Amino acid sequence: MMTLGFYPGCSLTGSSREYAESVVAISEAIGIELKQIPDWNCCGATAAHNLDKELSLSLPARILALAEKEGMEEIVVPCAACYSRLTVAQHELNHDEEMKTKVSSIINMPYKGTVRIMNVIQMLQKYAVDKLTDLIKKPFEYKAACYYGCLLVRPHEILQFDRVENPQTMDVIMSQIGAKPLDWAFKTECCGAGFSVSQTKIVGKLSGKIVGDAVDRGADVIIVACPMCHSNLDMRRPQIETYLQRKVQTPVIYITQAIGLALGISREKLGLQRHFVPVKIS
Amino acid sequence: MSRIGVFVCHCGENISATVDVEKVAQVAGEMGDVAFSLDYKYMCSEPGQALVQQAIKDHNLTGVVVSACSPRMHEPTFRKASADAGLNPYMCEMANIREHCSWVHERSEETTEKAIDLVRMMVEKVKYDKPLEPIKVPITKTALVIGGGIAGIQTSLDIANCGHKVILVEKEPSIGGHMAQLSETFPTLDCSQCILSPRMVEVAQHPNITLMTYSELESLEGYIGNFTAKIRKKAKSVDHSKCTGCGDCWNKCPSKKIPSEFNAGLENRTAIYTPFPQAVPNKPVIDKANCTYYKTGKCKICEKFCKAGAIEYDLEDEIVEIPVGALVITTGFQVKGTDFFPEYGYGQYKDVITGLQFERLASASGPTLGEIRRPSDGKVPEKIVFIACAGSRDEAKGIPYCSKICCMYTAKHAMLYQHKVHTGKSYVFYMDIRSGGKNYEEFVRRAIEEDKVNYVRGRVSTVYEKNGKLIVKGADTLMGGQPVEIEADMVVLATASVSRCGSEDLAQKLHISYDAYKFFAEAHPKLKPVETNTAGIFLAGACQAPKDIPESVSMASGAAVKVAGLFSKDEMSREPIIAVVNRMAPPQFSSCVGCFLCQTACPYNAIEREEIKDRNGNVLKTLAKVNPGLCQGCGTCVAFCRTKSIDIQGFTNEQMYSEVMALLNA
Repeated sequence: MMTLGFYPGCSLTGSSREYAESVVAISEAIGIELKQIPDWNCCGATAAHNLDKELSLSLPARILALAEKEGMEEIVVPCAACYSRLTVAQHELNHDEEMKTKVSSIINMPYKGTVRIMNVIQMLQKYAVDKLTDLIKKPFEYKAACYYGCLLVRPHEILQFDRVENPQTMDVIMSQIGAKPLDWAFKTECCGAGFSVSQTKIVGKLSGKIVGDAVDRGADVIIVACPMCHSNLDMRRPQIETYLQRKVQTPVIYITQAIGLALGISREKLGLQRHFVPVKIS
Repeated sequence: MSRIGVFVCHCGENISATVDVEKVAQVAGEMGDVAFSLDYKYMCSEPGQALVQQAIKDHNLTGVVVSACSPRMHEPTFRKASADAGLNPYMCEMANIREHCSWVHERSEETTEKAIDLVRMMVEKVKYDKPLEPIKVPITKTALVIGGGIAGIQTSLDIANCGHKVILVEKEPSIGGHMAQLSETFPTLDCSQCILSPRMVEVAQHPNITLMTYSELESLEGYIGNFTAKIRKKAKSVDHSKCTGCGDCWNKCPSKKIPSEFNAGLENRTAIYTPFPQAVPNKPVIDKANCTYYKTGKCKICEKFCKAGAIEYDLEDEIVEIPVGALVITTGFQVKGTDFFPEYGYGQYKDVITGLQFERLASASGPTLGEIRRPSDGKVPEKIVFIACAGSRDEAKGIPYCSKICCMYTAKHAMLYQHKVHTGKSYVFYMDIRSGGKNYEEFVRRAIEEDKVNYVRGRVSTVYEKNGKLIVKGADTLMGGQPVEIEADMVVLATASVSRCGSEDLAQKLHISYDAYKFFAEAHPKLKPVETNTAGIFLAGACQAPKDIPESVSMASGAAVKVAGLFSKDEMSREPIIAVVNRMAPPQFSSCVGCFLCQTACPYNAIEREEIKDRNGNVLKTLAKVNPGLCQGCGTCVAFCRTKSIDIQGFTNEQMYSEVMALLNA
């Protein structure tokens, strides 16, 4: 069994517990132990980088420094917002020696910036893809609309990962477990993100377009890899339905849950009972 | 003993603001062999030059050091002035105390000290200067023009009309280039073919022009006035001296599914083909890569139907060697395809097309005979969206420059569409409208005001297909960034103009430079726009940067004048800054031992073997000899020569060492 560092962030301990549960469950199944970074803190997410540059760099830097201290070479960061903050901060600090020294003194810890940060898709791509075929117990034979959202593949200059306008990584992984990924138009459109709390009507419209297009193209399920995307497409379903002026039952699940189902992991272990839109597929 | 004059220039305040020029002149005057020194405000001015000339006469100077700007700037000026005063021009040297000193340092003692050192070095060098004479070389009065688009056609005709021979090489089976593909031209809406075709015919019939279509430059050797070009004439598989151009062959050819380059992929052509009905020459070639006979060994239908017996499958590529005196490169540009745009569907939507494809749709000779019909189902589109700056001015796409022609042709496209489809609606998404040019702005206003084209200022984020419509999502930045969504039937991308594929290879064959985007580089952005850094090679048209027809034509005529100017003399003189192998009295003849390491090192093939014979013809010694016509004075051979037998005239080892020693002993 190999061990990777793990940064859950706030969402995975709250609104998207099922993402954490399913990430851990399938990691186990493919022989990976996820070890939480001890004493981790908030990544800063949407607030810090709008308010204070030093704070927005110091928060992720502390997390990365803690991982370095633990001797972790690679860490898995499932939340797209956390992933974005950590990667961008690492990139910026790697290109600004002066700031790096300053941040190091702010967090009062040595910071090298050498930890490799992976989101769940990258982890799956690196450690799971070649094992999945052998482990599948029940192919996930559904038409799947893979929704990447904004932060998973952007900004390209920093992440250097997948195609920005029409990403493929999730589609490839999904077809590996038996799904038929759809060619659709809203893979990377905005779901409304943080407006989930303050402007639910806007979220209803933006997420409504996404869900609407997926459904119109025959999706049985929408696959996501970001807690924010999931909240908006799942929890805000009433607002989406108001915008679309029709009932939509298509469930939204995490890619890790889909893989978990294909690997025969129990629905409870994958947290499938936690969604607002009932997940009837199995 | 030398008698050297040192002339220190203030260059206004360019030098005197940081260097104590009076002190430089005074110290220089005390250097050994310096007979005269002086400082003056503008040495390059007429009175300044007169001072130099007067001093040469008064003090009987044997050498001159002008301590001023870079020799690239004014060496020719002062050498000419010195020559007019009776001094050999190569006895005049420049000490660069501007670019190498005053411009890069603060005012200080050290700066003045450095200027003095630079002067001291040149004084030492001048002591070892020897009178040199320019090299005379004959000129081959034939021009080679590469690329048969409008720029190549224009420059060929202009040079030919000056009475000089022209070889026009075109890699496609016909000349005409992009202009032949266009529908109407802005800002007058006159038909492109109608104004171009007569020129194409004129080229074919001109007694001074040799047209080589389906041919490419293989290699180029030599130098200005004396190039040798090797041209590959690709096998046409058709004997054009027998062919009548009747068309039986291409009508019968069974390989009919090859995307037509001329119609930008909107229609297919056959394997034996002429690119378009007005082609010059209007005789076909066989596209070997797509011909059934060449692929499988069976077919020969064209041969069967050819009444003239012109089909010859066994013809092979022929390489001809042609001496030419100058070249004009007119290889043009190409546009990015729709597949370059992931956000607009990676080229997978048939009704998302490029501007060039729209030209073919709008052209009377195009696949729809000029009717605007969309490629997917042939329906007349009721709503078209034009997207300007598709790729251009987009750092993220790697094309930060403006493609220059798109604003105008997009206005023209929208206008042509409105003229042809009266009930249609057209939208243009733009960043800025760049319509600088005679009658250009008026033309765009006409599209907006008279033809009711809807101009929306903003970018399009994405285009996707839904229920047979193309959904165009963008923003209207004049409405506060309000999102705009248009259900269009067709989308036309004004895709970026980029350098032609393979231009890098061509540049390397020609030894000319190119910019970061692989457009060929002009010698000076303002004052030498048609010259390259390689003497005798000129540029015209969009191979240098995106440009429209009038600009390409002007540039082509400009290049023609440069060629005609060069050809106006029977011989030209070159700087004698070349390598020479030393010679001495018998029995040594030279310190050269004939190892010919220099020959392997020389990038210009300028080193020859010379046999020293006695009266009876017995070879006494074999020496290296530099061909003064070919040598470019790079000095590589000097570095390689193990017996120090080669020197560059004007930059001898002795001179270089004396400069260094002047610094060390200062």
